[in-house]
Amino acid sequence: MASLGQMAAQSDMVQGLNAGLRRVPPWVLYLAGAGWAGWLFYLAATGGLGVEPIEALEHRYGELALQLIVVGLAVTPLRRHLGVNLMPFRRAIGVLTFFFVLAHFLVWAILDVQTLSAVWADILDRPYVTIGMGGFLLLLPLAVTSNNWSVRKLGGAAWRRVHKLVYPAAVLGAVHYVWLAKGFQIEPLVYLGLILVLLALRIRPKATRPIR
Amino acid sequence: MARRYTSDLTWDDVTPKALFLNRRQIMAGGGALAASGMLGRAAHAQENDLQLNSWEEITTYNNYYEFGTRKNDPVENAHMLTTQPWSIEIDGMVDNPGTYSLEDILSEVEIEERIYRLRCVEAWSMVVPWNGFELADLLTRVGVQDGARYVAFQTANRPEEMPGLRVPVLDWPYREGLRLDEAMHPLTIMATGIYGEPIPNQNGAPIRLVVPWKYGFKSIKSIVRITLTDEQPYASWNASQPREYGFYSNVNPNVDHPRWSQATERRVGGGLFARRIPTLMFNGYEEEVASLYEGMDLAEYF
Repeated sequence: MASLGQMAAQSDMVQGLNAGLRRVPPWVLYLAGAGWAGWLFYLAATGGLGVEPIEALEHRYGELALQLIVVGLAVTPLRRHLGVNLMPFRRAIGVLTFFFVLAHFLVWAILDVQTLSAVWADILDRPYVTIGMGGFLLLLPLAVTSNNWSVRKLGGAAWRRVHKLVYPAAVLGAVHYVWLAKGFQIEPLVYLGLILVLLALRIRPKATRPIR
Repeated sequence: MARRYTSDLTWDDVTPKALFLNRRQIMAGGGALAASGMLGRAAHAQENDLQLNSWEEITTYNNYYEFGTRKNDPVENAHMLTTQPWSIEIDGMVDNPGTYSLEDILSEVEIEERIYRLRCVEAWSMVVPWNGFELADLLTRVGVQDGARYVAFQTANRPEEMPGLRVPVLDWPYREGLRLDEAMHPLTIMATGIYGEPIPNQNGAPIRLVVPWKYGFKSIKSIVRITLTDEQPYASWNASQPREYGFYSNVNPNVDHPRWSQATERRVGGGLFARRIPTLMFNGYEEEVASLYEGMDLAEYF
């Protein structure tokens, strides 16, 4: 149980954080994301990602997508439970998530698998690929409707319903990673665990005791 | 400067050491070069010339889960492994069981060079110039008893020197096995060096198995124990996922891993735009080893 003094200090910290965040325009995130993707590609092309750059780039893009999806799913719980306001960046985080999933898919299809027939065969025959592909497809309508025009056109309620697709997409993405790992590995399970916890925090928040 | 040859010269004859120290790429004519020489025939050139992988490629891109599951974990962590002194316990159905020091083992064998293709079950590959000796020489020395049918191998199990052992990726220690005729095959070697240098820790120092017609995980590293037995021994990947990794694990482009295709592979070192190449039956050593599996359904015994 936090003391009143601690809570006040925390609240000051949160207010300071929110004030700082308000000064960051969202386009900075788009720029940073695109720049980072380009930088990784440059590194891969010039030997900076090791001797097997195709696998390295594919994995880096995929990991970034998972990390972004975790951050994106944390936006609402952070605000609800800790008062940290990342709402101004939610759209940018979501669009960048899709961007890195797309980059991951393209590196896999074009540089790794290389032939259309093999890409198609993998999607049909390899469950972890099928699952990853499913997550990617679920994100498509979200990416397309991540603009003010779509929010107005669909109306707030319908738009929010569509964007709940990010929940199954996130789970599919994490399962995709767990499934492709050889042996028992911790890291993919950490992503899956984080995503499940962030989703669980959304279940009937008023019926459960407030967290801290 | 690429050199090509079709003779039965050894790797040493065609490549000055300075070349590989400069990480220059060298053309080598066929992984079966050394093998066929040792089989008493002149080396035969493969249809496709092979490019040796560089020292950097061979020693920075490794699967050695005792040091971590990422490809660069072994090169970063393997220095923690103490490789001197080293000994191998040889037991089971042998005439002279005991703990053999590495020096003792090496004093009785002749180190030769073998340029082999290495095909990982993850569908990447390399061409590695190993230095080593035939496992058959060691097994003959310790005396294989009648009735022994398999050889079991075990990797060092030292949590204080191998940080990857903290994670139960597999049921440690790492273990592998071969049928006795596979172990006695002249292509099967115990490697102690690469490019004429002592084998780096991340590649399995100080002594490892190399079975070039099988997926790389069969070629167990940093061996501390060899056991002759009459029963098919425990093999780590096979035991963890029997549906995905068979006991034999011969390279076979026609039998896919359940999670990915084995029809093609990517040769490490080709850069970001490297094309995939077809995977060869028995990793290109079909002529040498296919007779070992005569009459066996390789889709069942994968």
